[in-house]
Amino acid sequence: MSELGFTPNEMMTIAAARALKNDDVCFVGIGAPSAACNVARLTHAPDITLIYESGTIGTAPDVLPLSIGDGELCDTAVTTVSVPEMFRYWLQGGRVTIGFLGAAQLDRFGNINTTVIGDYDAPKTRLPGGGGAPEIASSSGEVYITMKQSKRGMVDKIDFFTSFGHGNGGSDRQDLGITTKGPTLLITDLAIWRPDQETKEFTVVSMHPGVTRDDVQETCGWPVKFAEMVEQTPAPSDEELTTLRDLQARTKAAHEGSGRGKNQFGSQRDG
Amino acid sequence: MAKFQDLKTAVAENLHDGDTVAFEGFTHLIPHAAAHEAIRQGRRDLTLIRMTPDVVYDQMIGMGMAKKLVFSYAGNPGVGLLRRLRDAVENGWPNRPEVEEHSHAAMANAYGAGAAGLPCAIFRGYLGAGLEAVNANIKRVACPFTGEMLAAVPSVRPDVSFVHAQKADRKGNVLVEGIIGIQKEAVLAAKRAVVTVEEIVDDFDDVHANACILPRWTITAVCEVPGGAHPSYAHGYYERDNKSYLEWDKVAADRETFKAWMKEHVLDAKPEDFADRVAHLRSVA
Repeated sequence: MSELGFTPNEMMTIAAARALKNDDVCFVGIGAPSAACNVARLTHAPDITLIYESGTIGTAPDVLPLSIGDGELCDTAVTTVSVPEMFRYWLQGGRVTIGFLGAAQLDRFGNINTTVIGDYDAPKTRLPGGGGAPEIASSSGEVYITMKQSKRGMVDKIDFFTSFGHGNGGSDRQDLGITTKGPTLLITDLAIWRPDQETKEFTVVSMHPGVTRDDVQETCGWPVKFAEMVEQTPAPSDEELTTLRDLQARTKAAHEGSGRGKNQFGSQRDG
Repeated sequence: MAKFQDLKTAVAENLHDGDTVAFEGFTHLIPHAAAHEAIRQGRRDLTLIRMTPDVVYDQMIGMGMAKKLVFSYAGNPGVGLLRRLRDAVENGWPNRPEVEEHSHAAMANAYGAGAAGLPCAIFRGYLGAGLEAVNANIKRVACPFTGEMLAAVPSVRPDVSFVHAQKADRKGNVLVEGIIGIQKEAVLAAKRAVVTVEEIVDDFDDVHANACILPRWTITAVCEVPGGAHPSYAHGYYERDNKSYLEWDKVAADRETFKAWMKEHVLDAKPEDFADRVAHLRSVA
């Protein structure tokens, strides 16, 4: 905890939550997005539709799931559909307004790698792979990405194009015949980034309280572009912080109880 | 027509060396008991299909049963990476299986095409995605009406599929509830289907008209194995055993630890042991 009264992770989750609207239909991807989506639902966006790839539509979990297929998601959903239906009718059918993704490796154009570090055929590290992400990235109306900044994570060149953002920038996306907007927002623990209108390179538009330009650059593997006017992200409100902390406390208690184990990573990853 | 069998007999009759086999269950109802029986029977050279190869395929891969893997997300849910799969793919231990990697959308469509009796699945996918360059089974096809370039992948047609479900009735019809995942498609796409269930009930008279029921004539064998999805869960019966998934990360980190664990918990165990493993996870409801 910093003297600010909140942690960079809390700021990231809350800034990501704020980006979601009450009428959004959000496909909640692997990793950090789940907390942000549920904080949005528990604060300013009570009617947001959260979809997890296990087939749960309009879910409202009381605690954060450890996997995208926890029973809690099904118990609290408006409906639960099969996985083929999920990907055909709901994602490919164009019903999803926001695809919310995490990333192991990200480049400045919002391309994501969760497949391999190193060569595909002889990988240094075999990562889990894409799961739903390749088509979440191309079929959702737009894509939000959230991740903690690090030089390992935010790299000049990703090792594998698991899911396509803006390619090498410019009109690459349209040129491939993709009609959706792609990544329009990146929320890290330090800043809020949006793609430049022409080049599509992620540009810092807002820095979180107490963060300097040097902080942002030191944890990013490419030369960071800053917008002409860089704003300061409003600090979390008491309501936002309380909601997030209560959610995390409920989650911890639930997953420590009965047979459920504690997630040693302190965040949700998925399968 | 579904036969009621013990799991050992059902696996012996339906799974052979060299088969293409799917053990399905999308984060729920994962057929661990059936996979453990396959491990005990020492099947080899299998093409293992599964959208989300998690702990259960880590075990089969580590035991050297996999000739080829077809999958779309290979991770330990809520924990991280699969260490036996990594050791196989990165270091070739105990062998280096061939990898055919897809996205979830592709696998889901491929199972659906298999169930529909089609040779391939067509969908809007893999746009800009790197898998298209490394997987020869991802092709492009033009829509004959609009000219839109769509993705095509071969349908999934397993020799045999194994799934777990909540209930069978006395006739052998099977009910799947909760996150139904890909269970129906996995059964209908396969030449043979073996279903393990939590319990056998008299009938499904009290079940909703649109429930997910697999008629008995779509199933080869039904085996009653309470707890058979452990450490995954069975909605309405027991919770997911998250501690086991965390423990697996440590077990799978080391080859010798892994072998010792497999001997104790799989090779020297039996299907009936699963009931005890879920006793503390049973829902109060």
